[in-house]
Amino acid sequence: MGELYDRLAADVRFVEGLKACIHCGTCTAICPAAEFYNYQPRQIVEVLQSRDDARIEELLKSETIWYCGECMSCVTRCPRGNAPGLLITVLRAASQDLGYFVESEKGRQQLAIKRTVGEWILKYGYCLFPAEIRPEMHPEQGPVWEWEVEHIDAVMNRLGANYKKTGPGILRKIPPEDLEEIGRIFDETGAAERFRKIEEHSRRKAEEMGMTLGEGLDNEYFRHIYTANEKRHTREP
Amino acid sequence: MKIEGKRNIWNDYQKEIAADRFFYVRSCVRQNFFPGSEKTFLRIMQELLQRDVYENAAHTTCSGIGYHSDVVPFETSMTMVARQFALMTESGYENFTTSCITSFGLYTEILETWRHFPEVESRVRGHLLRATGRTFNKPANLSHTSDVIFRFRKEIAAAGKFRLVNRHTGMPLHGVEHIGCHYARMFPGKGIGGAEYPYVLVGMIEDWGGEVIDYPERRHCCGFGFRQYLIQANRGYSLACSKKKFDSMAPYKPDFILANCPGCSMFLDRWQYALSEMEGITYGENGSGIPVLTYEELAGIILGYDPWDLGLQVHQVPVEPLLDKIGLPYDPGSKFLDQEGKPMGQPKEPTHLKFYNHE
Repeated sequence: MGELYDRLAADVRFVEGLKACIHCGTCTAICPAAEFYNYQPRQIVEVLQSRDDARIEELLKSETIWYCGECMSCVTRCPRGNAPGLLITVLRAASQDLGYFVESEKGRQQLAIKRTVGEWILKYGYCLFPAEIRPEMHPEQGPVWEWEVEHIDAVMNRLGANYKKTGPGILRKIPPEDLEEIGRIFDETGAAERFRKIEEHSRRKAEEMGMTLGEGLDNEYFRHIYTANEKRHTREP
Repeated sequence: MKIEGKRNIWNDYQKEIAADRFFYVRSCVRQNFFPGSEKTFLRIMQELLQRDVYENAAHTTCSGIGYHSDVVPFETSMTMVARQFALMTESGYENFTTSCITSFGLYTEILETWRHFPEVESRVRGHLLRATGRTFNKPANLSHTSDVIFRFRKEIAAAGKFRLVNRHTGMPLHGVEHIGCHYARMFPGKGIGGAEYPYVLVGMIEDWGGEVIDYPERRHCCGFGFRQYLIQANRGYSLACSKKKFDSMAPYKPDFILANCPGCSMFLDRWQYALSEMEGITYGENGSGIPVLTYEELAGIILGYDPWDLGLQVHQVPVEPLLDKIGLPYDPGSKFLDQEGKPMGQPKEPTHLKFYNHE
Protein backbone atom coordinates (compact mmCIF):
# COMPACT_ATOMS: atom_id res chain seq x y z
CA MET A 1 0.00 0.00 0.00
CA GLY A 2 1.38 3.41 -0.91
CA GLU A 3 0.80 7.07 -0.29
CA LEU A 4 -1.36 7.55 -3.34
CA TYR A 5 -3.60 4.62 -2.49
CA ASP A 6 -3.94 5.87 1.10
CA ARG A 7 -4.88 9.31 -0.18
CA LEU A 8 -7.67 7.86 -2.32
CA ALA A 9 -8.84 5.47 0.40
CA ALA A 10 -9.31 8.36 2.83
CA ASP A 11 -12.23 9.66 0.75
CA VAL A 12 -15.65 8.43 1.94
CA ARG A 13 -16.68 7.95 -1.69
CA PHE A 14 -13.83 5.46 -2.08
CA VAL A 15 -15.03 3.57 0.99
CA GLU A 16 -18.59 3.53 -0.42
CA GLY A 17 -17.47 2.80 -3.96
CA LEU A 18 -15.09 -0.14 -3.57
CA LYS A 19 -16.11 -3.12 -1.53
CA ALA A 20 -15.33 -6.48 -3.10
CA CYS A 21 -15.13 -6.42 -6.88
CA ILE A 22 -15.37 -9.89 -8.46
CA HIS A 23 -14.48 -8.61 -11.95
CA CYS A 24 -17.65 -9.89 -13.54
CA GLY A 25 -17.58 -6.97 -16.01
CA THR A 26 -21.23 -6.02 -15.51
CA CYS A 27 -20.24 -2.37 -15.03
CA THR A 28 -18.44 -2.36 -18.37
CA ALA A 29 -21.36 -4.07 -20.08
CA ILE A 30 -23.84 -1.42 -18.93
CA CYS A 31 -21.54 1.61 -19.23
CA PRO A 32 -22.45 4.18 -21.95
CA ALA A 33 -18.85 5.45 -21.91
CA ALA A 34 -17.46 1.95 -22.47
CA GLU A 35 -19.60 1.71 -25.57
CA PHE A 36 -18.14 4.90 -27.00
CA TYR A 37 -14.61 5.29 -25.65
CA ASN A 38 -11.65 2.95 -25.13
CA TYR A 39 -12.81 2.54 -21.58
CA GLN A 40 -13.66 -0.18 -19.08
CA PRO A 41 -14.73 0.73 -15.55
CA ARG A 42 -13.75 -2.80 -14.46
CA GLN A 43 -10.13 -2.03 -15.34
CA ILE A 44 -10.19 1.10 -13.19
CA VAL A 45 -11.25 -1.04 -10.23
CA GLU A 46 -8.56 -3.60 -11.06
CA VAL A 47 -5.83 -0.93 -10.87
CA LEU A 48 -7.18 0.37 -7.57
CA GLN A 49 -7.38 -3.12 -6.11
CA SER A 50 -3.70 -3.64 -6.99
CA ARG A 51 -2.86 -0.84 -4.52
CA ASP A 52 0.19 -0.21 -6.68
CA ASP A 53 1.08 3.50 -6.53
CA ALA A 54 2.97 3.42 -9.83
CA ARG A 55 -0.08 2.08 -11.64
CA ILE A 56 -2.38 4.52 -9.84
CA GLU A 57 -0.16 7.46 -10.80
CA GLU A 58 -0.22 6.30 -14.42
CA LEU A 59 -4.02 6.17 -14.21
CA LEU A 60 -4.23 9.69 -12.76
CA LYS A 61 -2.18 11.01 -15.71
CA SER A 62 -4.15 9.05 -18.31
CA GLU A 63 -7.04 9.88 -20.62
CA THR A 64 -8.94 6.94 -19.13
CA ILE A 65 -10.36 8.54 -15.99
CA TRP A 66 -11.94 11.36 -18.01
CA TYR A 67 -14.13 9.14 -20.20
CA CYS A 68 -16.84 8.39 -17.60
CA GLY A 69 -20.08 10.42 -17.86
CA GLU A 70 -20.94 9.92 -14.15
CA CYS A 71 -24.38 8.59 -15.08
CA MET A 72 -23.92 5.97 -12.33
CA SER A 73 -25.50 3.16 -14.37
CA CYS A 74 -22.70 0.95 -13.02
CA VAL A 75 -23.94 1.46 -9.46
CA THR A 76 -27.40 0.09 -10.19
CA ARG A 77 -26.15 -3.10 -11.77
CA CYS A 78 -23.06 -4.05 -9.74
CA PRO A 79 -23.90 -7.34 -8.01
CA ARG A 80 -21.51 -6.50 -5.16
CA GLY A 81 -22.62 -2.94 -4.41
CA ASN A 82 -19.54 -1.22 -5.82
CA ALA A 83 -19.68 2.21 -7.46
CA PRO A 84 -17.02 2.65 -10.16
CA GLY A 85 -18.62 6.01 -11.02
CA LEU A 86 -17.93 7.24 -7.49
CA LEU A 87 -14.33 5.98 -7.69
CA ILE A 88 -13.93 8.09 -10.82
CA THR A 89 -14.93 11.21 -8.84
CA VAL A 90 -12.20 10.39 -6.29
CA LEU A 91 -9.59 9.80 -9.00
CA ARG A 92 -10.45 13.02 -10.83
CA ALA A 93 -10.22 15.00 -7.60
CA ALA A 94 -6.74 13.58 -6.92
CA SER A 95 -5.60 14.13 -10.52
CA GLN A 96 -6.48 17.82 -10.28
CA ASP A 97 -5.15 18.36 -6.79
CA LEU A 98 -1.81 16.72 -7.72
CA GLY A 99 -1.54 18.51 -11.08
CA TYR A 100 -1.58 15.25 -13.09
CA PHE A 101 -4.66 16.26 -15.09
CA VAL A 102 -2.64 18.38 -17.52
CA GLU A 103 -0.79 15.29 -18.74
CA SER A 104 -3.80 14.12 -20.79
CA GLU A 105 -5.83 15.80 -23.54
CA LYS A 106 -9.12 15.08 -21.76
CA GLY A 107 -7.72 16.06 -18.37
CA ARG A 108 -6.55 19.45 -19.64
CA GLN A 109 -10.20 20.27 -20.40
CA GLN A 110 -10.78 20.85 -16.68
CA LEU A 111 -9.54 24.42 -17.09
CA ALA A 112 -12.35 25.08 -19.57
CA ILE A 113 -14.93 23.71 -17.12
CA LYS A 114 -13.43 25.74 -14.27
CA ARG A 115 -13.52 28.93 -16.37
CA THR A 116 -17.13 28.37 -17.40
CA VAL A 117 -19.38 26.47 -14.97
CA GLY A 118 -16.97 26.88 -12.04
CA GLU A 119 -16.70 30.65 -12.32
CA TRP A 120 -20.37 31.14 -13.24
CA ILE A 121 -21.34 29.61 -9.88
CA LEU A 122 -19.38 32.37 -8.12
CA LYS A 123 -20.39 35.15 -10.53
CA TYR A 124 -24.13 34.43 -10.90
CA GLY A 125 -25.03 31.80 -8.29
CA TYR A 126 -26.08 29.46 -11.12
CA CYS A 127 -24.13 26.75 -12.97
CA LEU A 128 -25.41 28.19 -16.27
CA PHE A 129 -26.52 31.66 -17.30
CA PRO A 130 -28.00 32.71 -20.67
CA ALA A 131 -25.52 35.48 -21.37
CA GLU A 132 -22.68 32.95 -21.18
CA ILE A 133 -24.15 30.18 -23.32
CA ARG A 134 -22.83 31.56 -26.58
CA PRO A 135 -24.44 30.15 -29.74
CA GLU A 136 -21.04 29.95 -31.46
CA MET A 137 -19.80 27.62 -28.70
CA HIS A 138 -23.08 25.67 -28.79
CA PRO A 139 -24.18 25.20 -32.42
CA GLU A 140 -26.20 22.14 -31.33
CA GLN A 141 -28.54 24.46 -29.41
CA GLY A 142 -29.95 25.49 -32.77
CA PRO A 143 -31.71 28.57 -34.13
CA VAL A 144 -34.33 28.72 -31.37
CA TRP A 145 -31.63 29.27 -28.74
CA GLU A 146 -29.93 31.79 -31.03
CA TRP A 147 -33.24 33.65 -31.28
CA GLU A 148 -33.75 33.46 -27.52
CA VAL A 149 -30.31 34.91 -26.81
CA GLU A 150 -31.02 37.75 -29.23
CA HIS A 151 -34.30 38.57 -27.41
CA ILE A 152 -33.43 37.22 -23.99
CA ASP A 153 -35.07 39.89 -21.83
CA ALA A 154 -38.37 39.76 -23.74
CA VAL A 155 -38.40 35.93 -23.99
CA MET A 156 -37.69 35.47 -20.29
CA ASN A 157 -40.37 38.05 -19.45
CA ARG A 158 -42.89 36.23 -21.70
CA LEU A 159 -42.14 32.93 -19.99
CA GLY A 160 -42.63 34.29 -16.49
CA ALA A 161 -39.00 34.64 -15.41
CA ASN A 162 -37.73 37.28 -13.03
CA TYR A 163 -34.61 37.64 -15.16
CA LYS A 164 -31.85 39.68 -13.50
CA LYS A 165 -34.35 41.30 -11.11
CA THR A 166 -34.56 41.15 -7.33
CA GLY A 167 -36.84 38.85 -5.32
CA PRO A 168 -37.65 35.19 -5.92
CA GLY A 169 -38.23 33.67 -9.34
CA ILE A 170 -36.59 32.25 -12.41
CA LEU A 171 -33.04 33.51 -13.11
CA ARG A 172 -33.43 36.27 -10.54
CA LYS A 173 -30.37 38.27 -9.58
CA ILE A 174 -28.84 36.45 -6.65
CA PRO A 175 -28.25 39.06 -3.92
CA PRO A 176 -24.57 40.06 -3.47
CA GLU A 177 -24.57 38.92 0.17
CA ASP A 178 -25.58 35.42 -0.95
CA LEU A 179 -22.87 35.32 -3.62
CA GLU A 180 -20.43 36.36 -0.90
CA GLU A 181 -21.58 33.38 1.18
CA ILE A 182 -20.88 31.07 -1.75
CA GLY A 183 -17.42 32.60 -2.07
CA ARG A 184 -16.73 31.96 1.61
CA ILE A 185 -17.97 28.36 1.28
CA PHE A 186 -15.57 27.89 -1.67
CA ASP A 187 -12.70 29.28 0.44
CA GLU A 188 -13.59 27.17 3.47
CA THR A 189 -14.12 23.83 1.72
CA GLY A 190 -11.36 23.60 -0.88
CA ALA A 191 -13.05 24.73 -4.11
CA ALA A 192 -11.07 27.97 -4.26
CA GLU A 193 -7.86 26.00 -3.72
CA ARG A 194 -8.79 23.52 -6.47
CA PHE A 195 -9.52 26.41 -8.84
CA ARG A 196 -6.11 27.87 -8.01
CA LYS A 197 -4.37 24.58 -8.74
CA ILE A 198 -6.23 24.09 -12.03
CA GLU A 199 -5.07 27.55 -13.13
CA GLU A 200 -1.48 27.06 -11.92
CA HIS A 201 -0.93 23.68 -13.59
CA SER A 202 -2.70 24.80 -16.77
CA ARG A 203 -0.38 27.81 -17.06
CA ARG A 204 2.62 25.54 -16.66
CA LYS A 205 1.28 23.19 -19.32
CA ALA A 206 0.36 26.00 -21.72
CA GLU A 207 3.92 27.30 -21.48
CA GLU A 208 5.29 23.80 -22.06
CA MET A 209 3.08 23.47 -25.15
CA GLY A 210 4.12 26.91 -26.41
CA MET A 211 0.60 28.32 -26.23
CA THR A 212 -0.70 31.58 -24.83
CA LEU A 213 -3.13 31.41 -21.93
CA GLY A 214 -4.78 34.71 -21.11
CA GLU A 215 -7.79 35.39 -18.92
CA GLY A 216 -11.27 34.18 -19.88
CA LEU A 217 -12.20 32.07 -22.90
CA ASP A 218 -10.74 33.95 -25.85
CA ASN A 219 -7.18 32.70 -25.87
CA GLU A 220 -5.14 30.05 -27.67
CA TYR A 221 -4.89 27.45 -24.88
CA PHE A 222 -8.60 27.64 -23.97
CA ARG A 223 -9.66 27.26 -27.59
CA HIS A 224 -7.28 24.32 -27.98
CA ILE A 225 -8.45 22.36 -24.93
CA TYR A 226 -12.12 23.11 -25.72
CA THR A 227 -11.96 21.71 -29.25
CA ALA A 228 -8.91 19.43 -29.58
CA ASN A 229 -9.51 15.79 -30.43
CA GLU A 230 -6.03 14.82 -31.50
CA LYS A 231 -5.75 11.44 -29.83
CA ARG A 232 -7.66 8.31 -30.63
CA HIS A 233 -10.21 8.04 -27.83
CA THR A 234 -13.09 6.09 -29.28
CA ARG A 235 -13.59 2.39 -29.86
CA GLU A 236 -13.24 0.83 -33.27
CA PRO A 237 -16.70 0.46 -34.84
CA MET B 1 -49.00 -18.33 -8.10
CA LYS B 2 -47.54 -16.81 -4.95
CA ILE B 3 -47.10 -13.11 -5.44
CA GLU B 4 -46.27 -12.19 -1.85
CA GLY B 5 -42.55 -11.97 -2.65
CA LYS B 6 -43.17 -9.69 -5.61
CA ARG B 7 -45.35 -7.44 -3.45
CA ASN B 8 -42.59 -7.23 -0.86
CA ILE B 9 -40.03 -6.25 -3.50
CA TRP B 10 -42.38 -3.57 -4.86
CA ASN B 11 -42.82 -2.21 -1.32
CA ASP B 12 -39.11 -1.36 -1.28
CA TYR B 13 -39.69 1.03 -4.17
CA GLN B 14 -42.64 2.98 -2.80
CA LYS B 15 -41.86 6.46 -1.67
CA GLU B 16 -43.44 8.88 0.72
CA ILE B 17 -44.06 12.22 -0.97
CA ALA B 18 -45.16 15.19 1.09
CA ALA B 19 -48.57 16.67 0.30
CA ASP B 20 -48.11 20.31 1.28
CA ARG B 21 -45.78 22.99 2.66
CA PHE B 22 -42.90 22.56 0.24
CA PHE B 23 -39.59 24.43 0.29
CA TYR B 24 -38.92 24.73 -3.43
CA VAL B 25 -35.50 25.04 -5.08
CA ARG B 26 -34.94 25.62 -8.78
CA SER B 27 -32.87 23.99 -11.53
CA CYS B 28 -30.04 25.81 -13.34
CA VAL B 29 -30.76 24.03 -16.65
CA ARG B 30 -34.52 24.51 -16.53
CA GLN B 31 -34.33 28.19 -15.61
CA ASN B 32 -32.20 28.74 -18.72
CA PHE B 33 -33.88 26.42 -21.20
CA PHE B 34 -37.41 25.63 -19.93
CA PRO B 35 -38.43 28.47 -17.61
CA GLY B 36 -42.09 27.91 -18.49
CA SER B 37 -41.98 24.50 -16.80
CA GLU B 38 -41.02 25.92 -13.41
CA LYS B 39 -43.65 28.63 -13.82
CA THR B 40 -46.22 25.94 -14.58
CA PHE B 41 -45.21 23.83 -11.57
CA LEU B 42 -46.04 26.75 -9.28
CA ARG B 43 -49.24 27.53 -11.21
CA ILE B 44 -50.48 23.95 -10.78
CA MET B 45 -49.43 23.64 -7.16
CA GLN B 46 -50.49 27.07 -5.93
CA GLU B 47 -53.43 28.02 -8.14
CA LEU B 48 -55.00 24.67 -9.03
CA LEU B 49 -54.14 22.57 -5.95
CA GLN B 50 -53.92 25.43 -3.43
CA ARG B 51 -50.71 24.10 -1.86
CA ASP B 52 -48.07 26.04 0.03
CA VAL B 53 -44.90 26.08 -2.09
CA TYR B 54 -42.31 28.55 -0.86
CA GLU B 55 -39.23 29.85 -2.65
CA ASN B 56 -36.49 31.67 -0.77
CA ALA B 57 -34.77 34.25 -2.99
CA ALA B 58 -31.43 33.55 -1.29
CA HIS B 59 -31.18 30.00 -2.56
CA THR B 60 -28.63 29.32 -5.29
CA THR B 61 -27.31 26.50 -7.41
CA CYS B 62 -26.46 23.37 -5.44
CA SER B 63 -23.26 23.28 -7.58
CA GLY B 64 -24.23 19.82 -8.89
CA ILE B 65 -23.06 20.34 -12.48
CA GLY B 66 -19.74 21.62 -11.12
CA TYR B 67 -19.52 18.61 -8.80
CA HIS B 68 -20.22 16.06 -11.53
CA SER B 69 -17.82 17.76 -13.91
CA ASP B 70 -15.34 17.50 -11.03
CA VAL B 71 -14.23 21.12 -10.62
CA VAL B 72 -16.20 21.49 -7.37
CA PRO B 73 -15.02 19.25 -4.49
CA PHE B 74 -17.51 17.03 -2.64
CA GLU B 75 -16.81 18.94 0.57
CA THR B 76 -17.90 22.16 -1.15
CA SER B 77 -21.05 20.70 -2.68
CA MET B 78 -22.04 19.20 0.68
CA THR B 79 -21.72 22.64 2.26
CA MET B 80 -23.65 24.32 -0.58
CA VAL B 81 -26.44 21.79 -0.02
CA ALA B 82 -26.24 22.34 3.75
CA ARG B 83 -26.82 26.05 3.06
CA GLN B 84 -30.00 25.23 1.09
CA PHE B 85 -31.17 23.14 4.07
CA ALA B 86 -30.36 26.07 6.36
CA LEU B 87 -32.57 28.38 4.27
CA MET B 88 -35.36 25.78 4.48
CA THR B 89 -34.96 25.58 8.26
CA GLU B 90 -34.89 29.36 8.69
CA SER B 91 -38.03 29.65 6.56
CA GLY B 92 -39.93 27.21 8.78
CA TYR B 93 -40.29 24.35 6.29
CA GLU B 94 -39.24 20.70 6.38
CA ASN B 95 -40.44 19.26 3.06
CA PHE B 96 -37.75 19.94 0.49
CA THR B 97 -38.56 19.63 -3.22
CA THR B 98 -36.16 20.30 -6.06
CA SER B 99 -36.79 20.98 -9.73
CA CYS B 100 -33.51 19.33 -10.79
CA ILE B 101 -32.59 15.66 -11.06
CA THR B 102 -28.85 16.28 -10.69
CA SER B 103 -29.66 18.17 -7.48
CA PHE B 104 -32.06 15.46 -6.30
CA GLY B 105 -29.35 12.84 -6.82
CA LEU B 106 -26.79 14.99 -5.05
CA TYR B 107 -29.06 15.75 -2.08
CA THR B 108 -29.79 12.03 -1.79
CA GLU B 109 -26.11 11.10 -2.05
CA ILE B 110 -25.19 13.64 0.61
CA LEU B 111 -27.93 12.60 3.06
CA GLU B 112 -26.90 8.94 2.61
CA THR B 113 -23.23 9.86 3.12
CA TRP B 114 -24.11 11.66 6.34
CA ARG B 115 -26.16 8.66 7.49
CA HIS B 116 -23.20 6.34 6.95
CA PHE B 117 -20.53 8.81 8.13
CA PRO B 118 -21.96 11.09 10.85
CA GLU B 119 -18.52 12.63 11.31
CA VAL B 120 -18.75 14.03 7.76
CA GLU B 121 -22.05 15.71 8.61
CA SER B 122 -20.45 17.25 11.72
CA ARG B 123 -17.56 18.52 9.64
CA VAL B 124 -19.92 20.07 7.06
CA ARG B 125 -21.92 21.73 9.84
CA GLY B 126 -18.65 23.30 10.96
CA HIS B 127 -17.86 24.51 7.44
CA LEU B 128 -21.31 26.08 7.06
CA LEU B 129 -21.21 27.78 10.42
CA ARG B 130 -17.77 29.27 9.82
CA ALA B 131 -18.56 30.39 6.25
CA THR B 132 -22.10 31.70 6.78
CA GLY B 133 -23.05 31.59 10.46
CA ARG B 134 -25.96 29.28 9.54
CA THR B 135 -27.18 25.99 11.03
CA PHE B 136 -29.72 23.57 9.62
CA ASN B 137 -32.13 20.68 10.10
CA LYS B 138 -32.20 17.92 7.53
CA PRO B 139 -35.43 17.70 5.52
CA ALA B 140 -38.20 15.49 6.89
CA ASN B 141 -39.14 14.71 3.30
CA LEU B 142 -37.07 15.03 0.10
CA SER B 143 -38.72 14.85 -3.30
CA HIS B 144 -38.13 15.73 -6.90
CA THR B 145 -40.86 17.88 -8.43
CA SER B 146 -41.78 14.99 -10.76
CA ASP B 147 -42.59 13.00 -7.59
CA VAL B 148 -44.89 15.82 -6.53
CA ILE B 149 -46.70 15.96 -9.88
CA PHE B 150 -46.93 12.13 -9.74
CA ARG B 151 -48.59 12.39 -6.33
CA PHE B 152 -51.20 14.76 -7.72
CA ARG B 153 -51.59 13.12 -11.16
CA LYS B 154 -55.15 11.96 -10.48
CA GLU B 155 -56.24 15.42 -9.32
CA ILE B 156 -54.69 16.88 -12.49
CA ALA B 157 -56.53 14.29 -14.59
CA ALA B 158 -59.80 15.14 -12.82
CA ALA B 159 -59.32 18.86 -13.47
CA GLY B 160 -58.07 18.24 -17.00
CA LYS B 161 -59.82 19.35 -20.18
CA PHE B 162 -57.88 17.00 -22.47
CA ARG B 163 -56.63 13.41 -22.48
CA LEU B 164 -53.67 11.76 -24.15
CA VAL B 165 -55.95 10.43 -26.84
CA ASN B 166 -55.70 10.98 -30.58
CA ARG B 167 -58.84 12.97 -31.37
CA HIS B 168 -58.84 11.68 -34.96
CA THR B 169 -58.70 7.95 -34.10
CA GLY B 170 -59.92 7.85 -30.49
CA MET B 171 -56.86 5.73 -29.64
CA PRO B 172 -54.43 6.41 -26.78
CA LEU B 173 -51.32 8.38 -27.71
CA HIS B 174 -48.01 6.58 -27.30
CA GLY B 175 -45.33 8.08 -25.11
CA VAL B 176 -41.71 7.27 -24.43
CA GLU B 177 -40.74 7.98 -20.83
CA HIS B 178 -37.14 8.85 -20.04
CA ILE B 179 -35.95 8.95 -16.45
CA GLY B 180 -32.91 11.03 -15.52
CA CYS B 181 -30.02 8.82 -14.42
CA HIS B 182 -29.57 10.56 -11.08
CA TYR B 183 -33.21 10.06 -10.09
CA ALA B 184 -32.71 6.51 -8.84
CA ARG B 185 -29.65 4.80 -10.34
CA MET B 186 -27.51 5.23 -7.23
CA PHE B 187 -30.28 4.87 -4.69
CA PRO B 188 -33.14 2.91 -6.28
CA GLY B 189 -35.19 3.02 -3.07
CA LYS B 190 -35.42 6.82 -3.35
CA GLY B 191 -37.35 6.79 -6.64
CA ILE B 192 -40.91 5.66 -7.32
CA GLY B 193 -40.52 2.17 -8.78
CA GLY B 194 -36.74 2.09 -8.36
CA ALA B 195 -34.15 2.21 -11.14
CA GLU B 196 -35.25 -0.76 -13.26
CA TYR B 197 -39.02 -0.15 -13.31
CA PRO B 198 -39.47 3.54 -12.49
CA TYR B 199 -43.15 4.44 -12.36
CA VAL B 200 -43.01 8.18 -11.79
CA LEU B 201 -43.63 9.15 -15.43
CA VAL B 202 -45.47 5.98 -16.44
CA GLY B 203 -48.09 6.77 -13.80
CA MET B 204 -48.68 10.21 -15.29
CA ILE B 205 -48.96 8.99 -18.89
CA GLU B 206 -51.35 6.16 -17.96
CA ASP B 207 -53.55 8.28 -15.70
CA TRP B 208 -53.76 10.97 -18.33
CA GLY B 209 -55.02 8.52 -20.96
CA GLY B 210 -51.88 7.52 -22.88
CA GLU B 211 -49.91 4.33 -23.33
CA VAL B 212 -46.22 3.85 -22.61
CA ILE B 213 -43.85 2.41 -25.19
CA ASP B 214 -41.36 -0.20 -24.03
CA TYR B 215 -38.31 -0.20 -26.31
CA PRO B 216 -34.85 -1.77 -26.12
CA GLU B 217 -32.83 1.29 -25.07
CA ARG B 218 -35.44 2.65 -22.68
CA ARG B 219 -33.00 2.86 -19.77
CA HIS B 220 -29.96 4.15 -21.69
CA CYS B 221 -28.55 7.51 -20.58
CA CYS B 222 -29.37 10.54 -22.78
CA GLY B 223 -25.63 11.18 -22.89
CA PHE B 224 -25.28 14.44 -20.96
CA GLY B 225 -22.26 13.03 -19.16
CA PHE B 226 -21.49 16.50 -17.70
CA ARG B 227 -17.93 17.05 -19.09
CA GLN B 228 -18.95 14.99 -22.13
CA TYR B 229 -21.32 17.78 -23.14
CA LEU B 230 -19.77 20.86 -21.55
CA ILE B 231 -16.64 20.54 -23.70
CA GLN B 232 -17.18 20.81 -27.44
CA ALA B 233 -14.53 18.16 -28.22
CA ASN B 234 -16.46 15.54 -26.20
CA ARG B 235 -19.97 16.10 -27.54
CA GLY B 236 -19.80 13.08 -29.85
CA TYR B 237 -20.36 10.94 -26.74
CA SER B 238 -23.48 12.87 -25.81
CA LEU B 239 -24.89 12.82 -29.34
CA ALA B 240 -24.12 9.09 -29.82
CA CYS B 241 -26.04 8.16 -26.66
CA SER B 242 -29.14 10.11 -27.72
CA LYS B 243 -28.95 8.73 -31.27
CA LYS B 244 -28.88 5.21 -29.91
CA LYS B 245 -32.11 5.94 -28.06
CA PHE B 246 -33.84 7.64 -31.01
CA ASP B 247 -32.92 4.78 -33.36
CA SER B 248 -34.28 2.30 -30.83
CA MET B 249 -37.57 4.11 -30.13
CA ALA B 250 -38.39 5.30 -33.67
CA PRO B 251 -39.85 1.98 -34.96
CA TYR B 252 -42.54 2.22 -32.24
CA LYS B 253 -43.64 5.62 -33.60
CA PRO B 254 -43.86 7.57 -30.34
CA ASP B 255 -46.15 10.61 -30.31
CA PHE B 256 -44.01 12.25 -27.63
CA ILE B 257 -41.10 11.80 -25.24
CA LEU B 258 -41.64 12.64 -21.57
CA ALA B 259 -38.59 13.29 -19.39
CA ASN B 260 -38.16 14.19 -15.72
CA CYS B 261 -34.57 15.43 -15.91
CA PRO B 262 -33.74 19.00 -17.01
CA GLY B 263 -30.71 17.89 -19.02
CA CYS B 264 -32.47 14.96 -20.70
CA SER B 265 -35.39 17.18 -21.78
CA MET B 266 -32.98 19.60 -23.38
CA PHE B 267 -30.65 17.07 -25.01
CA LEU B 268 -33.38 14.85 -26.44
CA ASP B 269 -34.82 18.02 -28.00
CA ARG B 270 -31.58 19.60 -29.25
CA TRP B 271 -29.85 16.46 -30.49
CA GLN B 272 -32.80 15.73 -32.79
CA TYR B 273 -32.08 19.09 -34.41
CA ALA B 274 -28.32 18.39 -34.56
CA LEU B 275 -28.88 14.97 -36.15
CA SER B 276 -31.23 16.48 -38.71
CA GLU B 277 -28.55 19.02 -39.69
CA MET B 278 -25.66 16.54 -39.60
CA GLU B 279 -27.25 13.54 -41.26
CA GLY B 280 -30.66 14.67 -42.53
CA ILE B 281 -32.39 12.32 -40.08
CA THR B 282 -35.81 13.20 -38.64
CA TYR B 283 -37.54 10.83 -36.24
CA GLY B 284 -41.17 11.98 -36.33
CA GLU B 285 -43.83 11.94 -39.04
CA ASN B 286 -43.41 13.87 -42.30
CA GLY B 287 -40.11 15.50 -41.44
CA SER B 288 -41.12 16.45 -37.90
CA GLY B 289 -39.21 15.44 -34.81
CA ILE B 290 -40.59 13.61 -31.77
CA PRO B 291 -41.78 16.35 -29.37
CA VAL B 292 -40.00 16.24 -26.01
CA LEU B 293 -41.93 17.40 -22.97
CA THR B 294 -41.34 18.04 -19.32
CA TYR B 295 -43.95 16.62 -16.91
CA GLU B 296 -45.23 20.13 -16.12
CA GLU B 297 -45.65 20.86 -19.82
CA LEU B 298 -47.61 17.63 -20.29
CA ALA B 299 -49.72 18.39 -17.21
CA GLY B 300 -50.31 21.90 -18.57
CA ILE B 301 -51.51 20.46 -21.89
CA ILE B 302 -53.91 18.14 -20.05
CA LEU B 303 -55.19 21.14 -18.09
CA GLY B 304 -55.71 23.12 -21.30
CA TYR B 305 -53.17 25.86 -20.60
CA ASP B 306 -52.01 28.07 -23.48
CA PRO B 307 -48.97 26.26 -24.98
CA TRP B 308 -47.09 29.56 -25.32
CA ASP B 309 -47.60 30.18 -21.56
CA LEU B 310 -46.06 26.74 -21.00
CA GLY B 311 -43.01 27.79 -23.04
CA LEU B 312 -43.46 25.27 -25.86
CA GLN B 313 -42.25 27.90 -28.36
CA VAL B 314 -38.67 27.53 -27.07
CA HIS B 315 -38.45 23.87 -27.99
CA GLN B 316 -36.25 23.24 -31.02
CA VAL B 317 -38.46 20.27 -31.98
CA PRO B 318 -41.91 21.76 -32.56
CA VAL B 319 -44.72 20.44 -30.36
CA GLU B 320 -47.59 21.41 -32.71
CA PRO B 321 -48.04 17.87 -34.14
CA LEU B 322 -48.82 16.59 -30.63
CA LEU B 323 -51.12 19.54 -29.83
CA ASP B 324 -53.03 18.85 -33.05
CA LYS B 325 -53.49 15.17 -32.15
CA ILE B 326 -54.75 16.05 -28.67
CA GLY B 327 -56.89 18.90 -29.95
CA LEU B 328 -55.52 21.58 -27.64
CA PRO B 329 -56.36 24.90 -29.33
CA TYR B 330 -53.59 27.44 -29.81
CA ASP B 331 -53.01 30.65 -31.68
CA PRO B 332 -50.22 30.05 -34.21
CA GLY B 333 -49.77 33.77 -34.71
CA SER B 334 -48.87 34.48 -31.09
CA LYS B 335 -46.10 31.88 -30.85
CA PHE B 336 -43.26 34.39 -31.00
CA LEU B 337 -44.93 37.45 -29.47
CA ASP B 338 -43.67 39.09 -26.31
CA GLN B 339 -45.67 39.69 -23.13
CA GLU B 340 -47.24 42.85 -24.61
CA GLY B 341 -48.17 41.07 -27.84
CA LYS B 342 -45.40 42.63 -29.90
CA PRO B 343 -43.46 40.51 -32.42
CA MET B 344 -39.98 39.37 -31.42
CA GLY B 345 -38.99 38.13 -34.87
CA GLN B 346 -38.64 34.39 -35.09
CA PRO B 347 -35.95 31.71 -35.17
CA LYS B 348 -34.37 30.69 -38.46
CA GLU B 349 -35.83 27.60 -40.08
CA PRO B 350 -33.71 24.42 -39.77
CA THR B 351 -32.54 22.74 -42.99
CA HIS B 352 -34.47 19.49 -42.59
CA LEU B 353 -36.47 19.46 -39.36
CA LYS B 354 -40.01 20.68 -40.02
CA PHE B 355 -40.58 24.02 -38.38
CA TYR B 356 -43.81 25.86 -37.56
CA ASN B 357 -43.07 29.54 -37.98
CA HIS B 358 -46.67 30.78 -38.26
CA GLU B 359 -45.73 34.04 -39.97
